[in-house]
Amino acid sequence: MSMTHHAEPAVTSPPAPGPKESDGRTARRSLALRLLGRPEVGVFLGAAAVYVFFLITAPPVRDGSSMANILYQSSTIGIMALPVALLMIGGEFDLSAGVAVITSALTASMLSYQLTMNVWVGVIVALLVSLGIGFLNGWLVVRTGLPSFLITLGSFLILQGVNLAVTKLVTENVATDDISTMDGFDQAKKVFASSFDVGGVQVKITIVYWLVFAAIATWVLLRTKYGNWIFAVGGNKESARAVGVPVAFTKITLFMLVGFGAWFVGMHQLFTFNTVQSGEGVGQELIYISAAVIGGCLLTGGAGSAIGPVFGAFMFGMVQQGIVYAGWNPDWFKAFLGVMLLGAVMINLWVQRTATRR
Amino acid sequence: MDSSSPARSRRIVPAVAMAAAVALTLAGCSSSSGGKKSEESADGASAGKASTPQMTVALVTHQSPGDTFWDIVRKGAEAAAAKDNVKLIYSADPNAGNQANLVQNAIDQKVDGIAVTLAKPDALKDVISKASTAKIPVVGLNSGVSEWQKLGLMEFFGQDETVAGEALGKRLNEAGAKKAVCVIQEQGNIGLTQRCDGVKKTFTGTTEVLNVNGTDMPSVKSTITAKLTQDKAIDYVVTLGAPFALTATQSVTDAGSKAKIATFDLNKDLTGAISKGTIEFAVDQQPWLQGYLAIDSLWLYKTNGNYMGGGEQPVLTGPAFVDKSNVAAVAAFAAKGTR
Repeated sequence: MSMTHHAEPAVTSPPAPGPKESDGRTARRSLALRLLGRPEVGVFLGAAAVYVFFLITAPPVRDGSSMANILYQSSTIGIMALPVALLMIGGEFDLSAGVAVITSALTASMLSYQLTMNVWVGVIVALLVSLGIGFLNGWLVVRTGLPSFLITLGSFLILQGVNLAVTKLVTENVATDDISTMDGFDQAKKVFASSFDVGGVQVKITIVYWLVFAAIATWVLLRTKYGNWIFAVGGNKESARAVGVPVAFTKITLFMLVGFGAWFVGMHQLFTFNTVQSGEGVGQELIYISAAVIGGCLLTGGAGSAIGPVFGAFMFGMVQQGIVYAGWNPDWFKAFLGVMLLGAVMINLWVQRTATRR
Repeated sequence: MDSSSPARSRRIVPAVAMAAAVALTLAGCSSSSGGKKSEESADGASAGKASTPQMTVALVTHQSPGDTFWDIVRKGAEAAAAKDNVKLIYSADPNAGNQANLVQNAIDQKVDGIAVTLAKPDALKDVISKASTAKIPVVGLNSGVSEWQKLGLMEFFGQDETVAGEALGKRLNEAGAKKAVCVIQEQGNIGLTQRCDGVKKTFTGTTEVLNVNGTDMPSVKSTITAKLTQDKAIDYVVTLGAPFALTATQSVTDAGSKAKIATFDLNKDLTGAISKGTIEFAVDQQPWLQGYLAIDSLWLYKTNGNYMGGGEQPVLTGPAFVDKSNVAAVAAFAAKGTR
């Protein structure tokens, strides 16, 4: 644990390894090794392998609009995988992340519809609700000292039940009402669910948000004090506390960050599909966590990156859609998905082992 | 030491939420279009209340939580229960073993009748024979059209999924379709597979199956888009649930495809899409009617000894087609969530 925790800043801190090439062979070699040692390189190679594989086997993938579609699917996973990854680096889990997305969308939709208010009211209240759920998760974890696995398993079940029961109570159906004719909808759709043209290809705006969020997360993780706190609380809580890291603050804000992500993806879903089904989102939490783990975040905390989960999410999107683009027998769909992901994780693991052995 | 900050923000968060909500309301953020205010309040189907003594009936289905379709079945059952002075006990579990336990639970409660879905008939066999031993009449609904008699049920209400699929396949022939993709939102679900098989049987063009992750709409959208891009020859997308048909309309646009959309099952947004012409037609198995008849039949049996379907034939509630020509008549009922 402390080794990996230690390794991360060591890898990232050397200013610019490139410019001075006076050492010749040794310098070049250490650069390659240093690169291999980074947690996201394995997943990058895995993602590249999957990409090349489908480029060869599935001709439609070569098309720009297909890539836009794959990236769209990846972005809806990736936006959530980012905060989930940061939380994992901070040593905690959030099993409620999948249904929390739907909770947020339901809140915004039902609030504005039932009170006949501008949809932005619903959007803002949903943000507060999502941050509140994150806060509660974090606060319970910090206060009780119970594993976050248990706490968030509880909130997962609670949210799943509440989503259904409250929707039924309020709308008398299990889905929300269509809000697409309401004031503010078009505006909100522009923000959360629009697309723009790049050389004749329609690109969804979530892809931009995904990459921007990833850049911000990378900067926070590597260049700010808060980023150091995340590694510290995930690596060793007690010693982090001993050196003055605000453990409770860090953990609670990380959970709230997941809440923010759930809100964002929830708003995207609401403004794309106009209505929300209350039973959705179950099982998504595992996909977010997988994207983070494939992206090099340790299940035990203390190590990982923000760029790794970007490739992890891309791999999910690529495999899921690639199988369809390749036109393979759909009965095997999930099996293909599993084999591909395992394969990619193996590459990831092999790269990391090779890097540390030498 | 740092426990003070969460405690303080715990008080701040709801306060801020309240303040924001109040401020926004005061700022006049009400929407001038759509919303609850514009919704017409319509009364549900009700036909007074029977004066027969109260009886208790259990409805045990294999519904998974949050499913629009089952919500409509339940509403039908509730309407019949209200009319017949029946106390309705509703329970559901998609896991067959758990569903059997729920039936046992109903037997233990000594109910006057049980209505049950037979998605996995073998798992329910034993518990249904226990009900007969306890002299509790049992009727079937929705799924199990080929098994209900073998299991000794009294009556059955539903549609034969294969027959419904076949009807849709014929309809595709009439529309001159060449290649259809049948979208399954839950891999391994028997009823859904039967629908696609039925389509394949009668449709003279080619049918392909596509599995999607039904719990994640963005993923459903991307996957259908991918399929339409991969195979430009597809001219019909067949979905097996109303929400997926609505999502498919976006996929068709995204893929720049000319494919038309047909679906099984209705909801209120779908009727709008049919009248606008973005979705061609829907096969309706009238889930509300299934729930209603199941409860009503048990009441009729108890009060008048009647058998619907003569105790020999299933009572079919579908397939009824809803398209542009008759959607107006159905839309009002769908808006209430009963059709």
